[in-house]
Formats: sequence, structure tokens, C-alpha cells
Amino acid sequence: MPGVFRLAGRRLAASLPVLFGAVVLTFLLMRVLPGDPAVFFASGPNAGPKEIAEVRHQMGLDKPIPVQLVLYLRDVATGNLGRSMTTGQPVVADLVERLPASLELTFSALAIALLLAVPLGIAAALRPHSLIDHAVRFLCTMGVCVPTFVSGLLLIYMFYFLLGLSPDPTGRLDVFATPPPTHTGFLLIDSLLAGDGDSFWAAANQLVLPAVTMALFVLAPLARMTRASMLAVLGSDYIRTARALGLSRPRIVLVYALRNALLPVLTIAGIVFSTMLGANVLVEKVFSWPGVAAYALDALLASDYAPVQGFVLLMAFIFVLVNLLVDVLYGVVDARASAT
Amino acid sequence: MSSTPIAGGWRQSLFILRANRLSAAAGVGLLILILTALLGPMLSPYDPIVSDVPQALQPPSAAHWAGTDQLGRDVLARVIAAGRLDFAIAAAAVVLSFVVGALIGGACGYRGGRVDRWVGRIVDALMAFPLFVLAMAMVAALGNRVENIVYATAIINLPFYIRFARTEVSVRRHATWVEAASACGNGPGRIVTRFLLPNVLPGMAVQISLNLGWAILNAAGLSFIGLGVHPPTPEWGIMVAEGARFITDGKWWLVAFPGLALMLSVLCFNLLGDGVRDMLDPRMRT
Amino acid sequence: MTAPLLRIEDLRVSFATRQGQVQALHGISLSVSPGETLGIVGESGSGKSVTAMAAMRLLDRAGRITSGRIAFRDTDIVAAPERVLRRLRGAAMSMIFQNPRAALNPIRSVGLQIADALRAHRALSAADARREALALLEQVKIRDAARRLDAYPHELSGGMCQRIMIAMAIACDPALLIADEPTTGLDVTTQKAVMDLLSQITRDRHMALLLITHDLALAAQYCQRVTVMQHGRIVETAPPAELFSAPTHAYTRALVAASPTATSTLRPHAAASPIGKTLLSVEHLGKTYADGTVAVADVSFTVAAGESLGLVGESGSGKTTISRMVCRLVDASLGRIMLDGDDIGAIPAADFHRSPWRSAVQIVFQDAGESLNPRFTAFDSIADPLRRLGPTRSREIAARVAECADRAGLPTALLHRFPHQLSGGQKARVGIARALAIRPRLLVLDEPTAALDVSVQAIILDLLDSLRRDEGLSYLFVSHDLNVVRMLCERVLVLQHGRVVEQGTTTEVFARPTAAYTAELIASIPQYAGARVTEAVPTGN
Repeated sequence: MPGVFRLAGRRLAASLPVLFGAVVLTFLLMRVLPGDPAVFFASGPNAGPKEIAEVRHQMGLDKPIPVQLVLYLRDVATGNLGRSMTTGQPVVADLVERLPASLELTFSALAIALLLAVPLGIAAALRPHSLIDHAVRFLCTMGVCVPTFVSGLLLIYMFYFLLGLSPDPTGRLDVFATPPPTHTGFLLIDSLLAGDGDSFWAAANQLVLPAVTMALFVLAPLARMTRASMLAVLGSDYIRTARALGLSRPRIVLVYALRNALLPVLTIAGIVFSTMLGANVLVEKVFSWPGVAAYALDALLASDYAPVQGFVLLMAFIFVLVNLLVDVLYGVVDARASAT
Repeated sequence: MSSTPIAGGWRQSLFILRANRLSAAAGVGLLILILTALLGPMLSPYDPIVSDVPQALQPPSAAHWAGTDQLGRDVLARVIAAGRLDFAIAAAAVVLSFVVGALIGGACGYRGGRVDRWVGRIVDALMAFPLFVLAMAMVAALGNRVENIVYATAIINLPFYIRFARTEVSVRRHATWVEAASACGNGPGRIVTRFLLPNVLPGMAVQISLNLGWAILNAAGLSFIGLGVHPPTPEWGIMVAEGARFITDGKWWLVAFPGLALMLSVLCFNLLGDGVRDMLDPRMRT
Repeated sequence: MTAPLLRIEDLRVSFATRQGQVQALHGISLSVSPGETLGIVGESGSGKSVTAMAAMRLLDRAGRITSGRIAFRDTDIVAAPERVLRRLRGAAMSMIFQNPRAALNPIRSVGLQIADALRAHRALSAADARREALALLEQVKIRDAARRLDAYPHELSGGMCQRIMIAMAIACDPALLIADEPTTGLDVTTQKAVMDLLSQITRDRHMALLLITHDLALAAQYCQRVTVMQHGRIVETAPPAELFSAPTHAYTRALVAASPTATSTLRPHAAASPIGKTLLSVEHLGKTYADGTVAVADVSFTVAAGESLGLVGESGSGKTTISRMVCRLVDASLGRIMLDGDDIGAIPAADFHRSPWRSAVQIVFQDAGESLNPRFTAFDSIADPLRRLGPTRSREIAARVAECADRAGLPTALLHRFPHQLSGGQKARVGIARALAIRPRLLVLDEPTAALDVSVQAIILDLLDSLRRDEGLSYLFVSHDLNVVRMLCERVLVLQHGRVVEQGTTTEVFARPTAAYTAELIASIPQYAGARVTEAVPTGN
């Protein structure tokens, strides 16, 4: 096991430059590209030249770029991401408040996607050329073709308008329901902690359609990778050895095949997670979900740029963190990775 | 007496296409879609931009095959007109990212060493930004215009092409036939142009095809959230965004038809990409 | 006469491929008695591996047994349900494979895998299984067994991985062990160790062994009877002595003649061209890589005009690195490479393509298929050096290409084909034609026949020998196969760990080796000691 800690340490050290690069890129994006940030960060597009000059001095924009970069790094390190014009609060506070909503949605979607995709992919690989194999391959081909915003809207049409099964697709909780006391910010967990069954179901009901919408989009790559990986593993030499030694079928499939096949799936799950972070925007827009992406988008369209910058940084951080986690998990399962 | 690989290539391509009906169908479908987009205005009697409010929100009928939107415009006409913009954005973004990415990635894969490592680090940092996040940042900085959507999509694709080109080149760089080329008197320049690229490009062609589908989805997504394209410009994403308001009232055609157009385009690109992969793999040729 | 353990009668197997059903076995019959060692020898496409897989009904999905009987003791293998076969596999009949590292689960420790094999057929606790696994590791002579128990396959050498496979295969004491090319890809000394181990284990446990191999001498050395297969049919079955001294079938005769041995020679030629003055002189050559590994240290030798020098060694000996340095594809760290008095080592490898000496040294690679650009036709590949270094008029180039193809025995009709449309032997000829095209003086040959079937190898070696004599070329012949070197080279250099262990004329070194390593190498070559038929190597492709 010490190998795992060494691996984690190495990967962490390797991701620091990436994090640093992300911060620098974010800085460059807002300060170096054409356009006057002072105008953006001032009270509005109609601010007078005196106020703009005041803001510029306040933001340190009259200093040379390298100094600005250092100041920016210092701000980021101390958790100062500016203040939002539209909400009036510090960006950090806004993000912390709204992040659980986005995370709850993304995690639920990932869980649903994995619970569906992995068994489907395995079933397809165990019975090549069968009906289920063709069905899975068809699903994979179609799944990447339909954009999330279209599928979300069509799902609303079907389940809310036609069938009346789903609640009004706005937000995390029905307007008339009372939210449980906040511990984690995750409605599902908080309501369970408070023992509030009604809140739990209300929250889950609202969560279903948006989570399924996102899950549908990532179902295809996950199922395809599971199927491909499982097929590759089932055709490998060491499976042939296991069969030649008379190992039982459950042992061959579960211990020898699956553990090896799931490794690439783990990597893809990490990539898919970051894809979902991006697609979050679309789903949060369609379902009026109060997450960080919707927050940033609203700010963007209102020419309020500090939240956008904070949001970009946050997404980059989460991505690097997820990658780190995936790498470490991979190293735990695959001894070859922690050996290097 | 020497025969160029291309000559054999066309004959073989037709053979494979005939054998793989799905890809052939995808190719034909794509051709139809592109022609429709190109011919655009000539195909529909309705104007995609001019409003006709009394006709608003009509469900699909014999007069309007795809119904009308909230301003009375024929949905089908708008869908066809939108195709032009979407294909144009996707093509521009993919070509840009492919050319730049392949050059950078190819050079890194060939030379290796410090340049390779530094480019790798920048690519890693770039890949930390999901598309929409980066697009939003770019629009914030550069302004809410269509060109910036193209640049944002191109930049998001860039790391992928750089990585792909780098891997393809560096894997073949150490192949025995590259060593042999050196022994035959080929210098590095010739090795890249006559030996490496012709072997790497087919794989790239597959990725480009798949990427085009993805780029269309992204362009539409960005327009959906209000970046880049503004009304009354017809664009599939914007049409869905405008139709989203009416979905809870059951006006499904505003979303369904642009959605269908999106789906068909991406499907054709994907299937074609798979078919191109089969076609250009020399081991498939007999 | 005890009842046979395994009996195969008129077995036919076909495979579903893109081109339709392909028949792999056309009705073969053989039997293995308890405790007997039977060898099956054949070239690629002979169906020997298919026979082994069919015997345990381990054919992959595309394969089908279309007719025939396979009986193990009294179980009908063809008709038995899967659960009956599962009980037999590993416990009554077992199999070990080629490429041992790939045959082991990469993410599971070796000890656990052996324990899995044990617990598949016996009710053992985890602790007991581990103890027995340890005992098995000791039986297959793995040193430091207790520590190796928790090792992963990628941490072990090829030879060790094969021993572990053997341990897993014998764990439940099967009556029959099938070994499918168990030593192909292993060094010659490792090969001997593994084969000796197999031989001893099967003897001690009174286990029958079915040995599948392409190496006739290996089968002859270790087996009581040898079966020869060709194109999915059994050609002949006999004890090695009969097979070698009085083969009844023409194919067997050809195979025996083509397999290089201690005494085989090539076709006698017209008087060889006289050996002239020194062409290549390598002085204190050394190569150290960036990470500190020393691939070559203080190697010196000469090659005279018209002479053939063999470089012999196992993996890690540095012979490939030396061949690349002489051919100026890689730069040396130390030493000089002199060609006809000029220091060609001083010209960096990256610039050598521009030097006038480029055309003087050419190379034929080990895997001909790998060395041809997949997008070039055979014509383009052969013409490439001409276009870069030779005449510029296309008519001259076309003429020279045709001439070289002819010398290399490649029919002109094949010149417009791509590499994937050519056979192994044809690709080898393209590689040779390409190397000859600009009339080099020194030809470096890096194991040019290692990837070829034995019968094709014999023809290509004969071609190489006649080319040398006719064109007055010098050869630097790199190989791990001592018998081949013995046939083709006048002098030989033995390498180990990047250093020269011994050098001298071939006859001297092989008859009276002075170094212990050389003696070990020579002793490791599988050979059949006994009278054998000798026949001129057949011509044709």
C-alpha cells in the first residue's frame, strides 16, 4: 500500500503545474485579451471615465502585467475572487452556496449513467452479435447524436406535458415545499439526515428529469468503452489461461475479466465527469437549476464578469482534482501504474 | 510502372463503401444535408426571417410541414437556413483546430524532448477547461459574436488534435520502416512528408469526421445559452432556445425539428467517420 | 499396450473468417499414451496450435469442430457439456502457452493466480492454497520463492513467467500437459532451462506431454515420437531417429534438410570470391544511453571485403545496437567506425543521409513486414534508395528495380503490391532487393530470417549466400541462431552484456570454444544427435 501514497504524492505534485497553468490562463483570458476589464468590472457599461479610472486603479490594472499576475495569484490564494455586481455578494460566497446544486446533479447523473452503461456494456460483450449487443451498439451510436438540451426538452414534453408524471421543471424543490436544514447542501443527503421523507421524495422528483437528461448523454461513451474494454479483455491471453486451468465462469468474468476491463472505464468516467461539468450549463438552463453554471451564465449575459472568472477557475480546479482521483484509483487497482 | 497508393485507394474505397452499406447511407445522407444547406433559400417558398404573426405557433400541417414558430415563421424554412450557419461554424472550427493542432502535435511527436514536454503541460492546462466554460470566458473577454464561437470551439478541439497527432507521429517515429527510410537516404524533412504524414493522415480523417459532428453539437449548445448567435438569425440551437419557452404548453415542433436536424447531421458524420476508418485501414484492403 | 490417454480421430476444424469458412484441420488422427512425450512440428498455417486448442475445446468463438472424435480417457471432448470440460481442464489436462507474460493476469499477483488454479479444483483455504503455491514455485525452481509469491508478472522475466505458468498448469496434477510453443521468444539458454524443467517434471509425475513447436530439433531432443503437420494434415509420425534418418514423406525430408543443425551447410557454390583487404574496422565501440545503461562496451572487430562476420548473442548482448551504429542510424558514445579508411562514425546519424557513404552501407531488417512503409508498393520501397541516392531518370530507376527484384527472386508481377498483400518470404525478398539497389559494399543483416518459417528461411539464407559471392559484398550478420551463423559466416563474434566474449573463425569457435559462455550457448542449442538425411535445399518459393 505505501506505493499508493507515493503515487498519490507524485500525481499531486504533477497536477500542481497544471493548476498553476489553469490559473494563469484564466488571468490571461480576462486581462490580456482585447477589451478593457475596468469597464467590465465597473458598476456598469454606462460608468463615467472618472469612475472607470478609479476602478482601474483599485483593480491594479494600471500596474504592469506581471505585477497584476502576482496580485491575482495572491487574491486567488486568499480566496478573493471579486464581487458579483448582480448579487452584490463575494463571488466565493455565491459559488459555495450554489456548488452543491451542480454537484448533486452531476453526481446523480454519473451514478445513473454508470448503473446503466456498465451492465449494458458487459452484457453486450458477453454475448457478441446477439440482440442485446446490437441494441447497445445502436444506443451508443444514437446517444452521442442527441444534444442534451434537445433531449431534456423532449423529456419535459413527454413526462410533464403528456404524461403528467414529472413535476414542474423549475428548480430543485417545489416552490411550496420547505427545504431541510442545510448541512451539506445536497438536498437528498440533508433531507435524509433530517429524517424528512417528504422533502427527500420532493427533491428526488425534481432531480429525476435533469439527471436522466445528463445521464443519457454520457451513457453512450461509457457503454461503448465498457463493451470495447470487456471485449478486448475477454479475448486476451490471460483469460484463455484461466479457461485452460478450469477456473469457474463467475471467477473468470468477475475477478479476471471485469477488474481488468473496468480500468479504462474508470479513465473514461473521469473524462466524462469533466464533460458533464461543461454540459451542466445547458441542463441547468433548461431546468432552471440553481447551480454554479447557471449563475455564471446569468452573470455573463448581464456583463458581470467576476463570477465568470471565478466559475472558470472553479471548473478547472474540479477537473484537475477529478483527474488526480482517477489516477490514484487506477494506481490502486493496477500495480503496473504505481510501479513507474 | 510505379503505382500511386491513391489510384488503388479510390477503387478500394468504392469496394468498401459498397460492402459497408451503413457508411454509404451515411455518406449519401450527409451529401443530402449539405446540398440542402447550400441550396437553402431556393428549397422553401417561405422566408426564414420575415415574421408573420397571425400564423404563429401552428402545429405541423400540409401548408407548414414543420409548423410555425412564435413569430409565424415557417419552421422548416428556418431549419434549412440554419443548416448553413451550423455547418459553416463547425467546419471552420474543425479545420482551424485540425491544421494548427496537427502541425504542433506532429512537430512535438517528431522532436520529443523539452519542446514536447512544455507543449504537453500547456495542453494539459488547456484541457482542464470544459468547452462551455472556456467559451463563456472567451465571449466575456472578446465579445458576443459568431467568430468567437468558432475560435472557442477551435481552441477546445486543439488539445485533442495536438495529442492525437503527437501520439500517431511518435509511435511511428520509431517504427522500423522509418529507420529503413533513413538508411535509404531520406532526411528528416522527407521522412515527415513522404513517410509519416501519409500514414498518419487517414487516422486524422476519421477524427475530423467525428469531430465535425461534435462541433455542430457544441455550436448549437453555445447558441442555445445565448452566446454568439442572436435572433433573428436562424440557427438550430437558437431555434431550440426560442422553442423551449413553449414546450411546457405542448408546442413540441419548435424543439423537435431543429433537434431532429441536429441529430441527423451528427449521426451522418459519426457513421461516415466509422466508415472512413474502415476504408483507410490498409489491412482491410485485399 | 495401455489405453491411450488422448485419442483424436479424423478431426476437422473450420474457422469463420471475413472470406467465409476456412478449413484449418482436414481430418487428423493422433494419440498420446500415459507418460509419453509427443511432439507436433509444423510451420505457420500447419494447424498445430489449432489441434492443441481443439483437444481442450478452447477454440475461440470463430472456430468450430465440424467432425471427428476427441476422447480423453473415456470422455468425449467434442460432445461433453461445458461443466464437464471445466472439471477436466486444469485437473486432468492442462495447457501452457507461448508468450508467458501476456498469459498471466497483469493486475493479480502471481501467488494469487496459482492459488486460483489450485482452488478451482480442490477445496482449500486461502492459507493452505498459499502454502501449496509456495511449494509449487520451489518445484519449478524459482529462486527466492517466498518473495516472488506476491510479485506481479511485469516484474518478472519471460523465463520466470513461463515457470509460473508451468506451476499453475501442474498444480492439480493433470495426466496430460499440452505445451503450445512454450519457449518461442525466449533466449536460447532460457529455452534450454525451461525445456529441461518441463522434461523433468513430466518424468517425475509420469505426466504425458504434448509439445507443439516449429523447431524440429527441439521436438527431436525432448520427444519420444514426433508428428509432422502441414496445411492442416498430418504428414508423418515417427520416433525422431526414424524421422531424421529415413523420412518417408517429401515434406518431412525438406523440413529436415532445411532445419539448420551443427553440420548443415548451404548449397555448394562455385569458387567463392577471394577475401580482400579490410573494409570495415570498428575500434573500441561503446554506447551508453541517457539513463546510464551501457548497451555496448569496448567492442572491436574488422570485416574484410567479401567476408561475412557473424555477431552472436542473446537479448541484451548489444548486437542490435552495434548493427545500428555500424549502419549509422544511431550515434556511438565512444570509439571509431572506419569504412575503407574513412571515419564514418564522426558523421552524426542525423546527417548521414547526406553523406556519400550512405550508399556504401545498407541494412536488411529482422521483421521485413515492419521495415516496409505500409503505403509504398514493393516497387516504391525498392526504388526509394535509388531516388534518394542514385540515378534520377525514371527509366534507369525502373530498370534497376527490376534487376534487383530479379536477383532477390521476387516475381515482377508482385512489384505493384502493398506489404499486406505479400507473404513473409516475399516481404523478405523486397527488403533484400531494396538493400541491394544502390550497390552497397557492406550489408548489415539484423536477424533477416528470424521471423520466417524454417523452409522459407533456408531458401532466403541460400539466396543471401549466393548474392554475397556474386556481388562481392561484405556481411555483418547479426543473429541469435548459432546454426545459421555457422552456415553463413566465416568468422564470428560472441557478445554478452555488450562485451566481446570471444571471436575467431566459425569452425574454431564452435569446435573449441574458449569462453564458458560460448560453450553454454552452444550446449543450449536444441539438436538431434544422430544420423540424418542431407539434401540440397530446394529452390522456388
